[in-house]
Amino acid sequence: MNAERKIRVLVAKPGLDGHDRGAKVVARALRDGGMEVIYTGLHQTPEQVVEAAIQEDVDLIGLSILSGAHMTIFPRIQELLKENNAADIIVMGGGIVPADDIKKLIDGGYAQAIFTPGTHTGDIVAWIRETVKTKLA
Amino acid sequence: MCSDEMAKLSQGKRDWEACTAKTEDRQKKFMTVSSAPIKPLYTPEDIKDMSFMRDLSYPGSYPYTRGVQPNMYRGRLWTMRQFAGFATAVESNERYKYLLSQGQTGLSVAFDMPTIMGYDSDHPRSFGEVGRVGVAIDSLADMETLFSGIPLDQITTSMTINAPASVLLCLYIATAEKQGIAAHKLGGTIQNDILKEYIAQKSWIFPPEPSMRLITDIFAFAGQHVPKWNSVSISGYHIREAGSTAVQELAFTLADGFAYVEAGIKAGLDVDLFAPRLSFFFNAHMDFFEEIAKYRAARRIWARRMKEKYGAKDERSLLLRFHTQTAGCSLTAQQAENNIVRTAYEALSAVLGGTQSLHTNSMDEVLALPSEKSARIALRTQQIIAEETGVAYTIDPLAGSYFVEAMTNQMEAEAEKYFERIEQYGGVLAAIDEGFFQQEIADAAYRYQREIETNERIIVGVNDYTCDETPQIDLLKIDPSIELEQCKRVQRVRESRDNLVCTNRLADLRKAAGSSDNLMPYILDAVRAYATEGEIIQVLREVFGEYKEKPIF
Repeated sequence: MNAERKIRVLVAKPGLDGHDRGAKVVARALRDGGMEVIYTGLHQTPEQVVEAAIQEDVDLIGLSILSGAHMTIFPRIQELLKENNAADIIVMGGGIVPADDIKKLIDGGYAQAIFTPGTHTGDIVAWIRETVKTKLA
Repeated sequence: MCSDEMAKLSQGKRDWEACTAKTEDRQKKFMTVSSAPIKPLYTPEDIKDMSFMRDLSYPGSYPYTRGVQPNMYRGRLWTMRQFAGFATAVESNERYKYLLSQGQTGLSVAFDMPTIMGYDSDHPRSFGEVGRVGVAIDSLADMETLFSGIPLDQITTSMTINAPASVLLCLYIATAEKQGIAAHKLGGTIQNDILKEYIAQKSWIFPPEPSMRLITDIFAFAGQHVPKWNSVSISGYHIREAGSTAVQELAFTLADGFAYVEAGIKAGLDVDLFAPRLSFFFNAHMDFFEEIAKYRAARRIWARRMKEKYGAKDERSLLLRFHTQTAGCSLTAQQAENNIVRTAYEALSAVLGGTQSLHTNSMDEVLALPSEKSARIALRTQQIIAEETGVAYTIDPLAGSYFVEAMTNQMEAEAEKYFERIEQYGGVLAAIDEGFFQQEIADAAYRYQREIETNERIIVGVNDYTCDETPQIDLLKIDPSIELEQCKRVQRVRESRDNLVCTNRLADLRKAAGSSDNLMPYILDAVRAYATEGEIIQVLREVFGEYKEKPIF
């Protein structure tokens, strides 16, 4: 892979929830942080998210969920990524996710990081750079 | 003020400015939570063009800046209306009875995402979302359970429902019928504000045109059959939560309101038939004075336009009555107990701004749905304001403050500028189509986030005054098994109802949707036959189509 290639991120809003403030702020911060950002728009099914991720050849998917559906959506996304031989795509998330659910999602391998309200967007940018670099190394 | 006194005043101000020139401010900029600059001092000069009778007048008198009732809270306190709903109708019914037993005076129903989006609980798109952010309602059977033991003629109920509002209002009417209560005795509100869904909250189903038709159908039906019902709650709350400034919240919300008025008039309705039942819903954010100015400006702008532009004659058409909810987006996950304090100040601004009803957020809403304990503290916050602080004893106590009046005037002027810009787009729907509101809000949200990240704005516990404690709050957990239970419940309803009658009612609705008939009687007949919400919405989806947004960020 070309070292100059920009990191490509799919910011996705899966499920029925329409709260997109966080997703949009993060999408813009990642773009300002030098990444290629694709935003899916709202009300996406897990199938649509995974299809878009593969089509856009992204390094990472960022899922924004504020509807409490995280414990079903993250595992479903991972399942679909595996079925499509795309399990190398990094999955992170953000939204209203209680601490013990975060632990379950990360321990279960469904997400590599979950960022909750109050996170500095600079921390997200740094985490993505580091994680993508480690993956490629 | 005589010219001699005005001259003394100006001299005094110059002297004071000379003194402050020698001092240094502790920070570079002082600005509101909306990034509006604030002067160090406001004086009579800032309101010298104001006229008491023209701009303020008396409470209950045009232009209603000081309040919509002559006696305000000396007559009756605001309605304490806590938004609640989770899991199934059984659990939510218990929570409502608890809140009523604790002195709450009105109900406010939160629905889950499938109900909001018009899907039954057993639809594949509902997977994982049933009962999560509100209560799952699929049919009349659930609604009967939700209000079991709560006589609907003795309480008013607000329902936060938009795209499928027609169905939920019909379900409420049909539930009351089962309790032996006629529709004309029912009081309450459906949110039914689809414009702000396209702008901010994003829970739409149909494209704008059929959505507006459903809304004017509701105006006409409710005006005739449910006259005490607020047929729309024109909402700035979600616009603000999506990141707008206070002025944007004010201007976009009122612009939506005027768009509904124009739609009603265009549908051939007399403005005074439906305008008295239009109500509003605003956010109470952290900037104390800016919020108070916002509520006061809102009343004045609405009254002026309704009278001057839309020719309303009935005084009730001029009154901007509003519900307030404290700002969910101002709460922090860090040191969550501090949210009790934030909510109290926000609630105080709503009361000083003359709200008609109020929801105070629970400290844990940034983490999960509120637990019973945190919901009780939130309600107690309102009761403390009402009973202990004394702020409800006199009407509009901040009137005459140079600062508050100047800010009220300024917000009105800035809202007027937004109305002009919206007009240039060709109205609200055209501006939505161009992504105008969405971009304005996204820009403001990003600016606010940047201000926090550069420490221009301090949020206690987030970018200053931090500590390493992990919150020890018992969170409300929704048992995943309730989804399965609710799916079984809706399937039982489909098995036990008279399916021939139900199918016919849905076929009648489909035919009516393709005509120009008012759809409300058809929907009411369908829900009486236990047609599910998902089935009714599916019929309308097939006739009306679905809305798609151009995603921007």
